[in-house]
Amino acid sequence: MSADAAGATMRRLVAIACAAAATAAHAADAGRGAELYASRCGACHSLDANRVGPLHRGVFGRKAGSVPDYAYSPALERSGVTWNTATLDRWLADPEAFLPGQRMGYRLDDAGERAEVIEYLRQASAVAAR
Amino acid sequence: MREDHAVVIAPARRALFVRSGALALSATAIALLSGNDSLAQGMGGNAAQDVNILNVALGLEHEAIAAYQLGATSGLLEKAVLDTAVQFQSHHKGHRDALASTIRKLGGEPVAAKPDSEYARALRADTLKSQADVLALATKLELGAANAYIGVIPSFKDPALAKVAARLAADETMHWTVLSAALGQPLPMAALTFGA
Repeated sequence: MSADAAGATMRRLVAIACAAAATAAHAADAGRGAELYASRCGACHSLDANRVGPLHRGVFGRKAGSVPDYAYSPALERSGVTWNTATLDRWLADPEAFLPGQRMGYRLDDAGERAEVIEYLRQASAVAAR
Repeated sequence: MREDHAVVIAPARRALFVRSGALALSATAIALLSGNDSLAQGMGGNAAQDVNILNVALGLEHEAIAAYQLGATSGLLEKAVLDTAVQFQSHHKGHRDALASTIRKLGGEPVAAKPDSEYARALRADTLKSQADVLALATKLELGAANAYIGVIPSFKDPALAKVAARLAADETMHWTVLSAALGQPLPMAALTFGA
């Protein structure tokens, strides 16, 4: 296989993998995600207010470290990360492994629960703040 | 409030809370402040990460203190509930002081509390119209705090700090249990509901 052909094959595989991940996320239960968000994330986060952690509404498509009036770690501010299904999944699985020097010590170990919380955040991001 | 739930915060029990609260605080303080050499060392990478987690915890405690202050000054609470809220707030002040002291020992700077007005806005204090509303807010925050402390346990580099997080979670769980009973909520049917 030529280098060009191998590259094209790799790009197709990546596209398929991304589409599969997106489909899995959309299949996640946002209702269950809301419950998980309240019980697991709600100590520090709200959709519409900066608390111990930054507000979450609109997180999808947002640059990391960009919510106004929230004091982020330099690690997050300089990350260049844009939040989407894939980056949120890596972040929630192990924030320190994803962005060393950040401040969140909490992890969501279960991949299914991460998908549900992420789907909840995706849907909430599409709704205007109250 | 139903009579059977009022038992939870009856005077005799409140006296128990006062005693156990004082014991819990001194024990926590001893664990945190007893000159553990590992805590007294300079802040390396691991300690810096622990300080970050401890400062998030301190932020939680600042918010909890403010939330109980909002409830206590709302004029919505019956005397017995008010007394319990003040007692729980004192626990959170104990947590705050112990966490701030440990952060300093590790060479970090404890995060400062925000103005009460900011907590009131973030917690939507304007929506609190009854005692049940105040109790529901406190119950939600205590559950979140218990889960948060359980959730950060694996992230601590120092096992002594992980143990402290577990003890803090136990205090928050105790608060949640009392508040849930006051609201008439049933206990969880399943085991292992916290941290999950």
